[in-house]
Amino acid sequence: MKKSFLCALFFVVLMPFSLRAELSIDITGAHSEPMATGLPVFSAGGEQAKEMAEKISQVIESDLESSGLFRILDPLAYLQTFKGIEDAPVFVDWQAIKAEALIQGHIDYLSEKQIRVSVRLWDVYAAQELYSATLEIDNKGWRRAAHMIADAVYKRITGEEGYFDTRIVYIAETGTPLNRIKRLAIMDQDGENHQFLTDGLNLVLTPRFSPNMQQITYLSFYKDTPRVYLFDIETGKQQVVGDFPGMTFAPRFSPDGHKLIMSMAENGNTDIFELDLDTRAVKQLTNSAAIETSPSYSPDGKKIVFNSDRSGAQQLYVMDSNGKNVKRISFGNGRYATPVWSPRGDYIAFTKMAGGKFYIGVMFPDGKGERLVAEGYLVEAPTWSPNGRILMYFRQEPPNRSGIPGATKIYAVDITGYNERRLITPVDASDPAWSPLLSNH
Amino acid sequence: MKKHLFAALAAVALVSGCASTTPVEEEDVMVSVTVEEEAGQDEAFVQNAKDRVFFGFDKYDLTTDAVAVLKTQAEWLKANPEKNVVVEGHTDDRGTRDYNLALGERRAVTVKNYLISRGVDADRIRVISYGKERPAVVGANEAAWSQNRRAVTVVKD
Repeated sequence: MKKSFLCALFFVVLMPFSLRAELSIDITGAHSEPMATGLPVFSAGGEQAKEMAEKISQVIESDLESSGLFRILDPLAYLQTFKGIEDAPVFVDWQAIKAEALIQGHIDYLSEKQIRVSVRLWDVYAAQELYSATLEIDNKGWRRAAHMIADAVYKRITGEEGYFDTRIVYIAETGTPLNRIKRLAIMDQDGENHQFLTDGLNLVLTPRFSPNMQQITYLSFYKDTPRVYLFDIETGKQQVVGDFPGMTFAPRFSPDGHKLIMSMAENGNTDIFELDLDTRAVKQLTNSAAIETSPSYSPDGKKIVFNSDRSGAQQLYVMDSNGKNVKRISFGNGRYATPVWSPRGDYIAFTKMAGGKFYIGVMFPDGKGERLVAEGYLVEAPTWSPNGRILMYFRQEPPNRSGIPGATKIYAVDITGYNERRLITPVDASDPAWSPLLSNH
Repeated sequence: MKKHLFAALAAVALVSGCASTTPVEEEDVMVSVTVEEEAGQDEAFVQNAKDRVFFGFDKYDLTTDAVAVLKTQAEWLKANPEKNVVVEGHTDDRGTRDYNLALGERRAVTVKNYLISRGVDADRIRVISYGKERPAVVGANEAAWSQNRRAVTVVKD
């Protein structure tokens, strides 16, 4: 299904070249003012296209606003109405309402099911086109078209890859506090297209996408035997991974998708193992009496960061992907856990526990530069946006005084610590995992 | 004192065979604690030998209390050789999911090894870790957490 969408996509990008200082946002540093942006509802050729234009414009607006980097100006203030994509902006009209950027778009129906989306991004003060594109797409893929346009705008303005055309796999929680029912669930990054993938009969935990997003690896307690499984997104087929004598858990794919790393617990000891998915060969990477778990590859696949209590309490360690050259990297107060290497390679995100509280933080791969970006009674399990600029995690509120448990929800926060926001999910939600950018696959 | 209260509560719930909710006074803070019977647990076992032992924070060594409980469990199991058990390892929620699964496994294996050392056949004991997934009580305080850091011996026919 996913595949047919991608085949139907036809993306033409024209990038004008300019040497002048340009409209841009630096998202690497501290908090910056959101960019005032005009986004009139896209013009349309016909009634059917008009409805589509409203929906697509709305999704682009919601994507850009959610990033905290754009402020979409109130449409009531707009002085110019566009009739088509060839209508040139009257820049003084947009300067008058202090728009810095302007997004202009148009929708046409090419046939019953085929739409064409045209978009232009303008620098209002320089009176210059920054970007233009045309997509031809099956109308069922309109959400993805909107996310791809928002990604293109984000990229043109920030210089970073976008993250709107992505999905989230997570654990949907229902049931009583003492007997949680947990199901695999998947949704778009903005909570739309939500779908439950398992029925809740078996406890499932810690899902992760394969790099090509065809599979999810996760832990299932099927038949009271906790093991790592693979879920095929297209067919829904679930399959146990390998033949291990003990509990396997905490799985993750290698960046090339050909291997899984995970923990196995046997006889009271937990170590990290690598499974080659092509040959089914198993390699033990750690061998100590301590608990070694939560392994995560560096984006080049050459290193693995993991969690170990070999020092007496949970800390973060980095080793070569063959298990050699183990080095401790976390030395702050408290316990460190669930390390995840950024897809950019520049940071490692983690969960930290100190003074009775939980934190989400980032540090450089050498352990320096620790920065905490979220805190709470229980915040856990960071996962990176594909551009390495945003973290999602889950937050569980403490039970109240009469024992009513608090809500468990997924949040996102910029690695600067700004723009924390809650994702809307139909039920409680934990263990999020962010997909790569869909349009790169 | 607190411990006795909880133990009494647990006994009531287990004997009556259903969940019960009772408010417990704790330093002017009202907390409500629910204790639930393990599904399918053997009542004769629970009445003759306590079914669970408790652990310190991030610990998996057996306390003196735990050793006393496990001795009774071992005697009961030797007297009922047709019964098999599953030892479930659990943790409180003050740790991360992966690590707690490993810690729960350590706790369950510690209990299994102790039962074996008291003469119970290893083939009769299976272990499983639930980590922090199956708490016994709800609460954001040490009284609740200490009840959740446990290994429960569940009799299966």
